[in-house]
Amino acid sequence: MEEILLDISGLSVRFFTYQGIVKALEDVNLIVSKGEILGLVGETGCGKSVLARSVLRLIADPPGKISGGKIFFKGEDILGASKRRLRSIRGNEISMIFQEPMSSLNPVFRVGNQMMEVVMLHQRVGRGEARRVCVDMLSQVKMPDPDAVLSKYPHELSGGMRQRAMIAMELSCRPDLLIADEPTTALDVTVQAQVLTILEELTRQTGVSVLFISHDLGVIAQICERVAVMYAGRIVEISPVRKLFSNPGHPYSRGLLKAVPQVDEERETLNVVPGVVPGLIHPPGGCRFHPRCEEMWEPCSRIVPHPVEIEPGHQVACHLWGSGK
Amino acid sequence: MPDPIIEVRDLLKHFAIHRGFLGRGAESLKAVDGVSFRIQAGETLGLVGESGCGKSTVGLLILNLLRADRGQVLFEGMETTGLEGEELQKIRRRMQVVFQDPQSSLDPRMLIKKIVGCPLEVNGLASGSELVKRVREMLREVGLSEDHVYRYPHEFSGGQRQRIGIARALITGPDFIVFDEPTSALDVSVQAQILNLIRDLQKRKGYSYLFISHDLSVIKHVSHRIAVMYLGKIVEKAPKKDLFAKPLHPYTRALLAALPRPDPEKRHPLAVLEGDVPSPVNVPGGCRFHPRCPEALDRCSTVEPALEEVEPKRWVACHLCAGEKSSESCLRFDASKAGERDAPEVESCRL
Repeated sequence: MEEILLDISGLSVRFFTYQGIVKALEDVNLIVSKGEILGLVGETGCGKSVLARSVLRLIADPPGKISGGKIFFKGEDILGASKRRLRSIRGNEISMIFQEPMSSLNPVFRVGNQMMEVVMLHQRVGRGEARRVCVDMLSQVKMPDPDAVLSKYPHELSGGMRQRAMIAMELSCRPDLLIADEPTTALDVTVQAQVLTILEELTRQTGVSVLFISHDLGVIAQICERVAVMYAGRIVEISPVRKLFSNPGHPYSRGLLKAVPQVDEERETLNVVPGVVPGLIHPPGGCRFHPRCEEMWEPCSRIVPHPVEIEPGHQVACHLWGSGK
Repeated sequence: MPDPIIEVRDLLKHFAIHRGFLGRGAESLKAVDGVSFRIQAGETLGLVGESGCGKSTVGLLILNLLRADRGQVLFEGMETTGLEGEELQKIRRRMQVVFQDPQSSLDPRMLIKKIVGCPLEVNGLASGSELVKRVREMLREVGLSEDHVYRYPHEFSGGQRQRIGIARALITGPDFIVFDEPTSALDVSVQAQILNLIRDLQKRKGYSYLFISHDLSVIKHVSHRIAVMYLGKIVEKAPKKDLFAKPLHPYTRALLAALPRPDPEKRHPLAVLEGDVPSPVNVPGGCRFHPRCPEALDRCSTVEPALEEVEPKRWVACHLCAGEKSSESCLRFDASKAGERDAPEVESCRL
């Protein structure tokens, strides 16, 4: 039995806006085990970024509020933790890398300054030692000429280099959990390849667990061991990666997989999931996917489906499974 | 063989960058540095490459939205590069464009009726109730509802806005459309809808397309032929099936290898290239790809390879492939092996 690192149960997050209350996350249950790479996949508005930020309590309040549920990290209650404790967790025990490295690195400080600050703060060491750690981390992410990079400003580095610097920075304190929110989406495909390769290597070497968020099914298939599929603020399926691709249980997952253009296959028409992602101020009742679901039947619009285990490790929240069908 | 609907000959566009004191040290950004290709009526040419390769600039040059520094664009055999005023206007009706960002490409203060109807007005093709009728027809054609005429862009989703952009491009009855990354800003399921629509329209109406994208899987889905660009030049041109079955240029192969497949059974080592995409301001000498090329020879750093037809319909700009028939040629890459756990088999034979 793998040791549980992150235990999210019943998490709900709402945003209070002028137009109404956005039910961004509804009753989300997720577990990340020690040493695993868990993928979180879904389209725009499904709540994956909100979920990521909730873990570190980075949701701006107002307008956001964690309206329910629990988050336990290494057995510790995150939602009840003091601000001081949170500060010592962020960047140290739980790290996060974002999609746009230009907006997450401070443009007016040199890269070295930002990286060393993290190390000095959390490891309580002096500049000299911090610098050594940073140079070491930068070589681990295969950054050419790490010493020179430390004295550069973010805008002097390319997108790929910035992202690698971010990864180095976030892993410098050897966190237990790395949350990567669309880390390669903004990068060219050859640069993405480099960054993913580095990420894979480093996670294997350091044993850090990763919550890898992406809308790109190719990247998810390449990197992740287990995957959670999100739709409109809920998790609809969780599965070992191979099983998700070979035997998707949820109609949304199936539709998504068939809609992806594939380089190795010839497809006449791409499968289309009809309709659009619903707004979350007045989300559909029951299963939030039901208005677009071709296999919808009677309970779908009334009852929220609970996850059912259809094979070991593979859970689907859909009335087609269980409920006697 | 009928005239191609679009022919591009040695197209060149450099942007001047002034640096240094007193305007000295002026450099140029070689966005498009000698590009040639043809598009036949009813076909789609996919133009693929990473950021900074110049593919969007090529699109703008063809449409005369940017003035070329050198080279020609021919539409149905007639040169459009120097055209201005009314003559240009007449051509513009027949060559249209759909842009990437459905958010910024629609004027948020215009009703859909105005957005889609404007090309008709501007070209004096319709007005009043006739215009509204044609706008409604066009909206239906792209899968939207007719009563959307009196709405504003913000009332629509990204996918719907892109359909509006397509409606606007098609309403004057063009023959040729440039699609510049039309689905990059869209979710996967919406992208599928739009790609299907684009293909469907071509089947029914016989449009010719230049489809620009950085996404190889999308390009594969919509194109008949594909041109790969790198730093302002075309490095490979081939029919779609051939390009994917047997990519010749090392950059094309790197692009294919770098693509993670949406299938965990097909995991493979991704990174074949070192380094970053260089800037079009500092273009490497010789073959521009040589600093990153895993098979570069000495010659590659000094002599720029020309784009040559090494097999019927297959063009490559690479010293390793030049002057050889591909049966014994250059580097053989078995794309079907990319799915195996080990790195793809790459054999190189000496020149």
